[in-house]
Amino acid sequence: MPESKPVLMQGNEACAVGAIHAGVRFYAGYPITPSTEVAEQMAARLPDVGGVFIQMEDEIAGMAAVIGASIGGLRAITATSGPGFSLKQENFGYAIMAEIPCVVVNVQRMGPSTGVPTAPAQGDMMQARWGTHGDHPVIAFSPASVYETYYLTIAAVNLSQKLRQPVLIMLDEVIGHMREKVSIPETGKLMVEKSSSNVPSDWKPYDEKGLTPLVPFGFGHYYHVTGLFHDQYGFPTGDPLQVERSLDRIHDKLKKYRDEIMFTNYIGHKEPRVAIVTYGCTVRSARAVVKKAYWQNRLPVGLLSLQTVWPFPDKEIEALAEQVDVIIVPEMNMGQIVGEVERYARGKAEVVPLNRYDGEMINPDQISEEVGRWLS
Amino acid sequence: MANRQEILLTGAGGQGLILASIVLANAAVNDNKNVVQTQSYGPEARGGASMSGVIIDIDTIEYPKVTNPTVLLCMNQASFNKYMPKVKPDCTIIVDSTFVSGSYSDEFNVQAFPITRAAREQLGREVVANMLALGVINAATGLVDREIFRDSIFKMAPKGSGELNQEAFDLGYRLYEEGTGQDIGVSAQTPQ
Repeated sequence: MPESKPVLMQGNEACAVGAIHAGVRFYAGYPITPSTEVAEQMAARLPDVGGVFIQMEDEIAGMAAVIGASIGGLRAITATSGPGFSLKQENFGYAIMAEIPCVVVNVQRMGPSTGVPTAPAQGDMMQARWGTHGDHPVIAFSPASVYETYYLTIAAVNLSQKLRQPVLIMLDEVIGHMREKVSIPETGKLMVEKSSSNVPSDWKPYDEKGLTPLVPFGFGHYYHVTGLFHDQYGFPTGDPLQVERSLDRIHDKLKKYRDEIMFTNYIGHKEPRVAIVTYGCTVRSARAVVKKAYWQNRLPVGLLSLQTVWPFPDKEIEALAEQVDVIIVPEMNMGQIVGEVERYARGKAEVVPLNRYDGEMINPDQISEEVGRWLS
Repeated sequence: MANRQEILLTGAGGQGLILASIVLANAAVNDNKNVVQTQSYGPEARGGASMSGVIIDIDTIEYPKVTNPTVLLCMNQASFNKYMPKVKPDCTIIVDSTFVSGSYSDEFNVQAFPITRAAREQLGREVVANMLALGVINAATGLVDREIFRDSIFKMAPKGSGELNQEAFDLGYRLYEEGTGQDIGVSAQTPQ
């Protein structure tokens, strides 16, 4: 990827810049710590590129406006944190059902409820998966650096557009608020998913043959949009066959494009005995551990970091579990993703949670200690 | 200069320390170094204690929080009392003697300068005390190339105040070169 002069940038700012570089021209939301800088940056930058920023009366309306803008033809994003993320869930499910692209950023803070607004946490990972009701598919990314925030936001906008599927960016307070050196490519040098301008004349919004590009309202095609189960024209149906097909349809697209959705990264020993699996800011601490244990001391330690948390990287975990004795899963919650790791390790490796939920980051020493216990 | 430098800027909310940390981090980026800047948010950032950290390294920076400061700036008494006991003896401790006095152990490298007083009396503007402090720190440690630092300050300063802020930075250098005063603050105390 071509890079330009390095700059100092905050995680939340990188999210806003990434969105704009990926063609987002609409933001609606309600500011909440620690996500406020995303809104602030969008408010400052969108008018310059002919975009629209609206501060809504609450998070529910913010989500609704984003869905409306998207079906009207604009790429749209909203950002929030904990309590706001809860409020967005119903409309988020609607966007999944009606297959309307959008990106929702959740900069995680300590919960439940209003919790500690300024303290980081990774407690919304299961809410990201199952926060809205029904048997729905979810795509969620979890960046571990300012640059990852930038490129995962672009990936989120692109995937969302291509798959007509809402995408979540599960940031945390640490990455959202910290500033670091990044080299941001200039616009026009990026892979940005183009919206399709020539669609077949027999275009159907929910074609039973498979995924069709979204044709925004007012662009020559008439169709119906609903949260009810619908036929290929979007009209409500209760027919068991069509209901089943409809649900398969929204799940199958994620399976078909798995390779484009799944971002994971392994660093460390080629034949590890101890593996760390983690995501978000906790990756930073784990990397410090691997740097010392493997790069300096050649110990059989590795780190699989998950940039994509949902859909869960099942095959990657299965393959890792075949190799190692133990998988350590550090998370800033009481144990959420560790359950998924256990599920796909299928008893082939010991799976050990490492939790911290006092509003502070898990530090490298904590992980080192656990790794050391399993190496001796 | 060691490869990894961890700088902790502490004081009261409103002294411009978070901005100072961003200016320092920017200057380090312009000097082609890896940088991570973090800060304390929350009630303490709204009038009480303020703390921000900058890590500068040639290597990539993984864990982003300051754990073992190599440079500590204390701009008020509360922060001096809170953070000084937490650093190791080889940490360079710079205090603003306008606000800080008190005893410290001889094994610590504490250097006191009348940072805020100098900004007020010599530049007529107390608000540039933060840039003055950066001048002192950079003179003492050589974290970032001086000219690159000056340019970065000019570029980041609000329109029309670039030169004033650069002047403050230079005054910091002068204070450092003159050495710690004998009649003020910490340096006047008998080490215990």
